[in-house]
Amino acid sequence: MRYAKRGRLRFTSHRDISRAVERAVRRAGIPVAYSAGFSPHPKISYAGAAPTGVASEAEYLEIGVTTPCDPQQVKRDLDESLPPGLDVLDVVEAAPGALADRLEVSEWEVRLPGADRELAEVAVEKFLAAGTVEVERLTKKGPRRFDAREAVLRLTALSAPDSQGSEGTDRTAAQVGGQSCVILRMVVRHMTPAVRPDDVLTGLRLVADFAPPVPPEVTRLAQGPLDARTGALADPLDLDRETTRGGEAGPAGEHVAG
Amino acid sequence: MPVESIFPRLEALLPKVQKPIQYVGGELNSTVKDWDSADVRWALMYPDAYEVGLPNQGVAILYEILNELPGTLAERTYAVWPDLEALMRAEGVPQFTVDAHRPVRAFDVLGLSFSTELGYTNMLTALDLAGIPLVAADRGGDDPIVLAGGHAAFNPEPIADFLDAAVLGDGEQIAIAISEVIREWKAEGRPGGRDELLMRLAESGGVYVPKFYDVDYHPDGRIKRVAPNRPDVPWRVHKHTVMDLDEWPYPKKPLVPLAETVHERFSVEIFRGCTRGCRFCQAGMITRPVRERSITTIGAMVENGIKESGFNEVGLLSLSSADHSEIGEVAKGLADRYEGTNTSLSLPSTRVDAFNIDLANEFSRNGRRSGLTFAPEGGSERMRKVINKMVTEEDLIRTVTAAYSQGWRQVKLYFMCGLPTETDEDVLGIADLAKKVIQAGREATGSRDIRCTVSIGGFVPKPHTPFQWAGQADHETVDRRLKALRESLRGDKQYGRAIGYRYHDGKPSIVEGLLSRGDRRVGAVIRAVWEDGGRFDGWSEHFSYERWMAAAAKAGVDVDWYTVREREENEVLPWDHLDAGLDREWLWQDWQEAVSGGEVEDCRWTPCYDCGVCPTMGTEIQIGPTGKKLLPLTVI
Repeated sequence: MRYAKRGRLRFTSHRDISRAVERAVRRAGIPVAYSAGFSPHPKISYAGAAPTGVASEAEYLEIGVTTPCDPQQVKRDLDESLPPGLDVLDVVEAAPGALADRLEVSEWEVRLPGADRELAEVAVEKFLAAGTVEVERLTKKGPRRFDAREAVLRLTALSAPDSQGSEGTDRTAAQVGGQSCVILRMVVRHMTPAVRPDDVLTGLRLVADFAPPVPPEVTRLAQGPLDARTGALADPLDLDRETTRGGEAGPAGEHVAG
Repeated sequence: MPVESIFPRLEALLPKVQKPIQYVGGELNSTVKDWDSADVRWALMYPDAYEVGLPNQGVAILYEILNELPGTLAERTYAVWPDLEALMRAEGVPQFTVDAHRPVRAFDVLGLSFSTELGYTNMLTALDLAGIPLVAADRGGDDPIVLAGGHAAFNPEPIADFLDAAVLGDGEQIAIAISEVIREWKAEGRPGGRDELLMRLAESGGVYVPKFYDVDYHPDGRIKRVAPNRPDVPWRVHKHTVMDLDEWPYPKKPLVPLAETVHERFSVEIFRGCTRGCRFCQAGMITRPVRERSITTIGAMVENGIKESGFNEVGLLSLSSADHSEIGEVAKGLADRYEGTNTSLSLPSTRVDAFNIDLANEFSRNGRRSGLTFAPEGGSERMRKVINKMVTEEDLIRTVTAAYSQGWRQVKLYFMCGLPTETDEDVLGIADLAKKVIQAGREATGSRDIRCTVSIGGFVPKPHTPFQWAGQADHETVDRRLKALRESLRGDKQYGRAIGYRYHDGKPSIVEGLLSRGDRRVGAVIRAVWEDGGRFDGWSEHFSYERWMAAAAKAGVDVDWYTVREREENEVLPWDHLDAGLDREWLWQDWQEAVSGGEVEDCRWTPCYDCGVCPTMGTEIQIGPTGKKLLPLTVI
C-alpha cells in the first residue's frame, strides 16, 4: 500500500503512524492477521518511514490479511478510517518478494522559503562537484560522521513563489510581492547510514555556507527502484500489479494468475 | 467576528520541539465548530502535558457535551512543554487550543480540570501565555472567566486569587447551566460587566466565586471566618451530582490521538462514587453516593466506543471496579462479545477482597494477561484498620495464590507511608507481606519464576476526609521508613530478587500537602515558584523541592504549619464553606474512630452510617442488579 503523510500530519512520528494505522484497520473491519504468542500484534510492516516533520507522497506498508480482500475496497475503507492527512493512494495485492528491497531511492522536494536562489545554485554546484561531503548528525547513539555526497544521484535548485495557492509555479521567480522560495529537488539512494535531506542541507552549508533563514519544508515525492537506463524512478508496486493481475496491467511475462 | 488560527505561526516553531504532533490537533472524533456558530465558547484545559491530559475522562466528557449544546463550542488546550513555551514567548505566539488553534484569550470561559494540585503552576503558564492577567482581580471585560473543576477544586483556596470561579463535583449538568447563564448575560448586552456575570453564577449556589468571600484570620494564623461579602451570595457552595449515569452515556465519540498518550484505550465509567469508607481516600469521600451504570448501557457504550475509536483495549473505570453489582455478567458478556478479536478488557482499581479469579480470567480471555495490581495500602493489620481499608492478610494471600496458580506471574502491591499513627513496624510489615506473597506463589506453582512489586508513596492528608485534621508525616520520617523497608526487602536473599521495590520519596508529598490543605495565603508561594521557573510539578525531572521551600520562605509561609500540624476539632478549615455533602461531625467521629482502631462498613451492603451526603444532597445510592445480560452483537 502506498500512502501519503500530508500537511500537519507530517509531524507524526513513525510510532504515531503505526498506532493510527492499527486502529484504522480495526475500524475499517479489515481482516488483519495477528502474530501468535503472548502478546499478539497485527501483521503490518512498514518500509523506511519518512522522519518526523517531513511530509511524504510515497510511504509504503504491507498488511497481512486472513482472507483475500479487494484492494480497491481496502483502499476506500482504510482511507475513510484514517485521519485526513494520512491518505491511502494505492493498494495492490502483494506479490512474493520484499517490498523494501524495491525501494532503492527516494525523490525529495525541499522548500526553502526566503532563501536566495543564486546562492542555492552555487551551493548545489559545489556540492555536486565535491567527491565526498562529510557531515555529522546526532543519532540516538551520539554524533555520527558520514559522507552525504555519494548517495545523492541528482540535485537541482529552482525557485517558486512561496505561496501554496498559486498554481503553475515552476519557473517564474517570486517577485510578485511574495517572498521568494527556493525549491531543491533531489534523488537520493537509500544507504546505511541513511542520507536524509537535512544531511544534504548540512552538506550545502559546509561546502558553500548556504543556510536557509527558516526551517525547510521537506516532502518525499516518490520512492522506488531506479531505472538504470533512464535514471527515473519506477513505481515499486508495478511488480505486484503485473504478478497478481496475471500481467494485464503491463507486459505479460510467465506469471500465472491465481 | 471570526478569530484567526495561530497555526501558521505555530507551525514554524514545531520543527524545533520534541513530539510536535501533540500540538497539531486533528484527533479522530475531535470537533471544530465555526466560531460564529456559537455565542458561548469554552476552552477546556487539562493543565498537564498532552499525553496525560488527552485521555482524561472529565475533559473528554465536557468537551462532547458542550459541543452538542446548540450555540456552544468547546475546544481543548494543554500545558506546553518548556521547549515550546520558550519559542512561543520569543515569537509572541499565545496559548492556543489544539482543535482550531484559536487563542485561549478569545474564549468566554477557560475551564481547568484539576485532578491534582501539582498542575497549579501549569495554569499560571497558560494564563500568562494566553495574555490573561494572572490575578483574577486584574482581569477585564475581554478576559475569559477562569473556572476550575476536578477533585482538587474541592479546596481551591490556594489558587483562589487566580480563579474567577470553581465548581465542585460532576460537571455535566453545571457546565450546561453555566453556558446558559453566560448566553443570557451576553444576549442582554453584558449588563454590569464581568462582576454581574460572576454574581449571577454565584447566586445560584452551584458556582463558587472566591472574590465574593472574605477570609478573616486569628492572630495565630488560624482562619477565624469565611463569609460572603455580598448579600445574595450563599454561605456555602454545594457540589453537583449526576444521578442517572444511563442518561449521560459519554464519551460517545472517544478522542483518538495520533500522539502516544498514557492510556491507549476506550474507557467507560461503570459507576461513580465509592462507599468503602477508606479514610485516606478523598475520591471516595467527595464522589458519594455510589451510582452504577447499568450493564446494558455499559455494553452499548463499549460497542459504540470500540467501533468509533478502533482501540483494542477497554477500561472499565471506577474507584473500585469489582464492586459493581453485576461485574461478573459485564465481564463475561463483554469477553463473549469480543471473543477472537484481540480486544482486551482491563479493570483498574480492583480490591483484593472483591477480586475473584473467574473475573480475572474473563478479563484476560481475549487479550494480554498483564500483571495484577492490588492496593492493601497499609502494611499491618492494625494500620489497615486505622485507614479502614479492611483487607486481611488471608484475603490477600488467598487471592494471589489463585492468581499465581492460574498463570499470572507478576503481582503489584500499592502501599502508603506516613499514615496517621504509623510506626516503623507497620511499614516493615510490608516486607513480611511481600515475602508471604512470594512464598504463596512459589508453593502454588512449584516455580521460582514469581514476582511481586511493592510500590509505595507518601500519604498526603486531603480535605473532606476523616484525615483532614491529621498531621502529615514529615519527609525525614517517611524517607527513613522507606529506606528501612528497602533494606528489609533487599536483605533477605531468599526473596530479595523476586521482590521489586518502587517508591516516591517524601519531599514531593510535603508540597502536595501544602497545596492540598492550604488556604489563600499559599497562593503567593505558587506564584513565586512559577516566577522562579516552576513548571510541571507532577514530573520528577521538573519538580524542585528546594524551589518550593525557598518560595515559601520568601512569601512568609510556614510549610510545617500547613502540613505536619494536627488540627483541632473546632478550627475553621479553609474548605469548610465548600460542601461535599459530608457531615463534619461524622468526619470528626470517624477520625476519632480511626485513631482508636474502629471500623466502618460499606453502606452499599449494610445500613447507612450517616456520612450525611444523601440527605444533604438529595441523592441516594443507585445499584443493581438489573438481572439483564449482554446479548451477542448482531452482524448487520
